[in-house]
Amino acid sequence: MKAIPIGMYVPGDSILHRLDPRVKMGVTLVLMTIPFAIHSPWSYLTLSAFIATLVLLAGVPPRTLWRTLRTVFGIAFLMFFLYLFTTPGEPLLAVGPIALTWQGVLAAGGQIYRLCLLVITASLLTFTTSPMQLTHGLEAMLSPLERVRLPVRELAMVLTIALRFVPTLQEEIDKLAKAQRARGADFTGGPLRRARNLVPIFVPIFVSAFRRADELATAMDARGFRSTPHRTRMRRLHLGYRDLLAMLIVLGLVLTLIGLG
Amino acid sequence: MHPFIVIENLQYVYPLESGEQIVALRDVNLSIERGEFVALIGPNGSGKSTLARHLNALLIPTGGTVWVDGLRTSDPHNVWAVRRKVGMVFQNPDNQLVATTVEEDVAFGPENMGVPAEEIRQRVDEALAIVGLEAYRQYPPQMLSGGQKQLVAIAGALATRPSCLVLDEPTSMLDPVGRRQVLNTIQRLNAEEGITILLITHSMSEAASAQRVLIMNAGTIVMDKPPAEVFAHGAKLQALGLSLPPIVDIAHRLRAEGLPLPPTVLTLQDLVKALCTSA
Repeated sequence: MKAIPIGMYVPGDSILHRLDPRVKMGVTLVLMTIPFAIHSPWSYLTLSAFIATLVLLAGVPPRTLWRTLRTVFGIAFLMFFLYLFTTPGEPLLAVGPIALTWQGVLAAGGQIYRLCLLVITASLLTFTTSPMQLTHGLEAMLSPLERVRLPVRELAMVLTIALRFVPTLQEEIDKLAKAQRARGADFTGGPLRRARNLVPIFVPIFVSAFRRADELATAMDARGFRSTPHRTRMRRLHLGYRDLLAMLIVLGLVLTLIGLG
Repeated sequence: MHPFIVIENLQYVYPLESGEQIVALRDVNLSIERGEFVALIGPNGSGKSTLARHLNALLIPTGGTVWVDGLRTSDPHNVWAVRRKVGMVFQNPDNQLVATTVEEDVAFGPENMGVPAEEIRQRVDEALAIVGLEAYRQYPPQMLSGGQKQLVAIAGALATRPSCLVLDEPTSMLDPVGRRQVLNTIQRLNAEEGITILLITHSMSEAASAQRVLIMNAGTIVMDKPPAEVFAHGAKLQALGLSLPPIVDIAHRLRAEGLPLPPTVLTLQDLVKALCTSA
């Protein structure tokens, strides 16, 4: 089976995997704002050590982490040179109007480092939380908005069904591509040509997706689905001592970093 | 006590966008008792699925009445009660599962009914035990075989504790192993749990396992008899494009050659037994 592209969940049973998704989402938000609020090298060192510990705890294979970081290389490269040459300061090296400054080197390095921390923090959430748990967490966190008539449950249902059908449609695309290839279709060549050759795949996929949607709707009707507040959920999230501990630890970290500046 | 399902003079007309109308069902009269195992068979377009969808108020009659356990399906107040009493399983196993894990999917029905969380858990456990998929509760549906997916769909229907299951060609997209798994489960549900079964099928061999076989053609029921009696009308079946199950066909031919076989031969075991005793 192919890996699901959404979320890049790495199945496991670590402490991070077992935390309540709501706690993980909240903590991730907090950890992602920290790099913008701290300045001293000691703070960066503390935060880095903390995140490194989380990576170790999550048991994420280093190769997976590396592959995730590699996806932002393009942006990182651009950012590096932007900061390198646009930060005013004492020139170290000057070629015509372009000057390389010591401050620029520091700023560029700092920005790249910050970016890496952000990416690692965000992917820790998706590595250790299945898309389904994320949906549950999101539904629970947004549920107060039901009072202002935001259809949170329905949105969660839509998200769940989308997740459920990603592998099914993927399989179907594979099958169609093979069938077209067997009849001489060519999926290589320039982007324009490739796009044109994909048409005979996407047309039947759309048609079949609508048919599936129709059948699924009938099946959901037959199983008594209706959007009422009477729906219950089998899985209820509840905070355990682990979750409280996690929140306390992060609170401790935030206070320490405020102290360090 | 009244029969579980009573259908009186049911008529259903599909309106077309062009203004034409297609009569899908006409003059259907039928009653099904609690605990019966009924097979429904007929050529494509004969109205089998349309009839099935009347049994849990997915479709409302355009003429006549459908009663489910004394409730009229055309009364809007009865819709949810009727759907609770009659569970449905459809043909395509991929297009009826809604969740990303087996247990969450089975929980979908009771969640819709507002059953408390602890009881849902209990019902899911029970339903998975009945179909024998306890070990797969955390699996995503796409990692199961077609037959297993269909068993999940059956468990999902069972979790709402229905008295009756309507299965609309549940085996037609499955391989032989999956077919056997699903058919065995259906038979067990009927025999052990006392669930009323309406099995729509294309396969005469599957129909042979029912207590009663209904044959539909052109929107109405043309035959309603126990399997052995239905199979005695070989020529009439062939006129409808239906063929006898291979075993029954062999028995017919042996009889034509002068071998005295009883008319109750429906399965391979029956045939073996009859041959060994007559020899």
